[in-house]
Amino acid sequence: MLWQDLERFGRFVDPWREFDRVQRALSRWTSPSAIEFPAVNVWVAGDTAVVTTELPGVDAKSIDISVVGRSLTLRGSREPEALKENESYHRRERWRGEFTKTVELPFDIETSKVEAKFSRGTLYINLPRAETDKPRKINVTSD
Amino acid sequence: MAEPAKDLHKKEAETPETGERTRERKVYAPAVDIIERKDDIVVIADMPGVDERSVDITLEKDVLTIYGKVEADAPEKHVLYFSEYGIGDYQRVFTLTDEVDRDKIQASVKNGVLKIVLPKAAAVKMRKIAVKGEA
Repeated sequence: MLWQDLERFGRFVDPWREFDRVQRALSRWTSPSAIEFPAVNVWVAGDTAVVTTELPGVDAKSIDISVVGRSLTLRGSREPEALKENESYHRRERWRGEFTKTVELPFDIETSKVEAKFSRGTLYINLPRAETDKPRKINVTSD
Repeated sequence: MAEPAKDLHKKEAETPETGERTRERKVYAPAVDIIERKDDIVVIADMPGVDERSVDITLEKDVLTIYGKVEADAPEKHVLYFSEYGIGDYQRVFTLTDEVDRDKIQASVKNGVLKIVLPKAAAVKMRKIAVKGEA
C-alpha cells in the first residue's frame, strides 16, 4: 500500500468498493486456499491498525490474543453442539474445534495499548504503532 | 489448523429468481447446522454482524427464509490494508419437510449465531409409526 493511496482513500472510504479492490489485489498473489482460518481484515490509518475477524458463537473470554513485535496471534475454539440420544444432524456445516492464526502488521505494536472488542460475533482489535517504531523527524539546521 | 477442516470462505447466496436486490452488496449463505430432536428441529446459523433487530425470519407455507442485514462497520478513517473476507448480508432458504407448529417457533441471536427452534406439529408426532423387527 502506498501512502498516496492512504491519502486518496483516507477521507471517504466506500467499504464495499474497498473490499472488492483489496480482495482483487490480494488474489493476484495468493490462492484463496492459502488463507488460514479465521479470515481477517486489516485496516490501517496512520499509526494504528485495526484487525477484524468473524468468530460467531465463540465465547469472548476464551479468545487468546497475543502480540509480539509486529505479529498478532489469535487462539480460540468453538465446541460443537452436544447431541443427546435420539438427536441427529440433518446438516453440519459450521466450523468447530480449535484455531490459531498469526497476522503480520506493517509496523511494530505498542503491546500495552492493544484493545479488543467482541460484538455480534466479530472481534475488533485495535493495535497502535510502537513509539520506538515511529519515524523520527530530523530537523535540518542551516548556518 | 484444527480438525475438522473449516470452510474458510463465505459462500455467496444464489440470486433469487424474482430479480436483483436494490441494495448493492454481497449476500452470503450462512453455514448452518440443522439438528432434529424428538419434538423439534433446531436450525443454527453463523451470521456474524447480525443481532436480534437485523434478522428476519419468515415461514410461508413450508418455505423458511432467513435474512440477516449487516451494516458495514469499517473503522473510521481507516483504509483496508488487506482483506481475507468480505462483508455482506446473509440469506438462506429452506423447504421444511415436516409439519411445523407455526405459533411456537422461537428464534434467538447470540454472538452472531442465530438459533431457530421449530417445534413439530402434534399431528406429525402422532403419525410416527413404530416398526418392529420380526422375531
